[in-house]
Amino acid sequence: MTELTLVQAVNRGLSDAMRSDPDVLLLGEDIGVNGGVFRATDGLLKEFGAERVIDTPLSETGIVGAAVGMALYGLKPVAEIQFLDFIYPAFDQIVSELAKMRYRSGGQFPCHVVIRAPYGGGIKGGIYHSQSTEAYFCHTAGLKVVVPSTPSDAKGLLLSAIHDADPVVFLEPKRLYRSVTGEVPDGDPGVPLGKARLVREGTDVSVIAYGAMIPAATEAAVALASEGISAEVLDLRTLVPLDEAAVIASVEKTGRAVAVHEAARFCGFGAEVAAVLAEKAFYSLKAPIARVTGYDTPFPYALEHVYLPDAQRIVAAVRTAVRAG
Amino acid sequence: MSATEPLKSESAEASDTFPTGRLLEAYRTMVLVRALDERGITLQRQGRIGFYAPHSGQEAALLGSAYALAPEDWVFPAYRELAVALVRGASLQSVVDQLFGDSGDLIKGRQMPNHFAFRDQHFVSASSPIGTQIPQAVGAAMAARRRKAPIVTIAYFGDGATSSNDFHAGLNFAGVFRAPTIFFCQNNGWAISLPRARQTKSSTLAEKAEAYGFPGVVVDGNDIGAVYGAVRSARRRALAGEGPTLIEAQVYRFGPHSTSDDPRRYRDDAEVAAARQRDPVHRLKTGLVSARLLDEATDARIWEEARDKIAKAVTAAEASSPVDPLSLFEDVFATMTPRLEEESATAAAFLPKIGGKP
Repeated sequence: MTELTLVQAVNRGLSDAMRSDPDVLLLGEDIGVNGGVFRATDGLLKEFGAERVIDTPLSETGIVGAAVGMALYGLKPVAEIQFLDFIYPAFDQIVSELAKMRYRSGGQFPCHVVIRAPYGGGIKGGIYHSQSTEAYFCHTAGLKVVVPSTPSDAKGLLLSAIHDADPVVFLEPKRLYRSVTGEVPDGDPGVPLGKARLVREGTDVSVIAYGAMIPAATEAAVALASEGISAEVLDLRTLVPLDEAAVIASVEKTGRAVAVHEAARFCGFGAEVAAVLAEKAFYSLKAPIARVTGYDTPFPYALEHVYLPDAQRIVAAVRTAVRAG
Repeated sequence: MSATEPLKSESAEASDTFPTGRLLEAYRTMVLVRALDERGITLQRQGRIGFYAPHSGQEAALLGSAYALAPEDWVFPAYRELAVALVRGASLQSVVDQLFGDSGDLIKGRQMPNHFAFRDQHFVSASSPIGTQIPQAVGAAMAARRRKAPIVTIAYFGDGATSSNDFHAGLNFAGVFRAPTIFFCQNNGWAISLPRARQTKSSTLAEKAEAYGFPGVVVDGNDIGAVYGAVRSARRRALAGEGPTLIEAQVYRFGPHSTSDDPRRYRDDAEVAAARQRDPVHRLKTGLVSARLLDEATDARIWEEARDKIAKAVTAAEASSPVDPLSLFEDVFATMTPRLEEESATAAAFLPKIGGKP
């Protein structure tokens, strides 16, 4: 065990994977000499050389397009997109190519690329360094979408993503990169994709969240406990495939659900959570399902604190749900 | 290629001349794919297949390049490259099965006709978005070099693709990383309705390579020998570590963009007729006849055999069973997710009603 920040845990996950498998290589902007703008790849160029830690020209299309080609040939590329906000030049490569390659070739050409991207607000990054647009990728058949919230999960889920057979969009909550630390196993923590994590047990309400919203949800649960409300916090960890069983089991127990994310509300991932519960746990519900999310505006700069969900908004939503029935 | 553009043909006199012993074989393949084009369009018009994208006019470029490659090389095609797949060993039956999307289709009926994938032939799955295969070919070349495999990758694309983001991204990466990649542009004069002159102000497409720091060559795409020579030379350069080459093979698309297109809306029949004077199939035939490698009687037999082979493949494809309806849910992921299993069960419940197997 080593005490690490979340970004250090990402770094350990990458270096462990590269040490154990020569086919793993990294490509992205400023990831080599500079060690990545968040230092997620710090020191890796020195250890693994420029053939495996590839500083690329400034082209997301090129990064993901080349990664797709590398994966088709049999390597295991891990591409870094500097901010999720900058991924759109590569959207065609991700959505039209990477996601569909196995399917459209009848299984002849599996294409396993991991795309890492820091996402989310809370760092005063304004419109283009803050967005949470995971839903675009969740909506595309063929992609797995993973969002860790702790250092141990960051390493464990990243290793599972690199070992997986399918393309993975791996979204790192940049706000938590250095604000959370935790014990991280020195080997592979063995965190499987598709399994939610019970952060905190409770009996009155299920707060279903992921990524950077987990600390806020936990803070809310602590505050609610002091007023006699027992909130369960479930960390989805993997959005695709969604651990429906865990979501349903939790709500069958508590009877109330609050879905939390910082992405915009309309067609956000919370809508899918609410739909699953309405379809499969309706008769366990004692109150309407609530969503605490970012607003349906572009991500703001000066008003970031207004936009981002926090413990206070989660507490308010839970109180409403508890009062409802 | 517009009629006013000069042809600067890459010299085929260098060491890389097309092997004479394979010219007749190349001609047979050329005839086969020309006949397949004729049949493909007819099949679509008869409603027996849903779509067809012809390659007529591009046969010398396709075959000249295909014969210049090694089996170990990797091909990143667009959607007019079935001739390349055939040269690399894909069976005619598998090509025809793909057009029909039947149970013999290697891609399980997942894509429209002409979107082939042949793993054993290193012929990567084609898609419809334009140019996306270009940076992929570069990545595969970088991967091959990392594995120390002495191979090249080749990306096939058209004149329209040179305007795409992926063209720029791919060529730029290839230049920076000296990727062993051949960019093989078949400039067939038209991107659906847009003439080459409206695609770019550059006087040739090949000259774009200069900006990326590697050579670009123009070659007469109706001359199988010239194309072969250009690709051999580019391949040798790539294997020697000298980096990529852009080859612009100037050809002319005789037919429509696809069976969904009516080219009379945007170009004159006279232009097509003029281009047909340079028909690559006729050109190779003339060369073979004058070299006494072919006579009219043999030629007639080659055509008859080609049409016969195609007819047999079409009959077999039409006799084969449709794809398994529940294969819809396979290959989305390596292992089916619980959600997909649930959806598969839902679809299965409706199958008797829509005429499929439960």
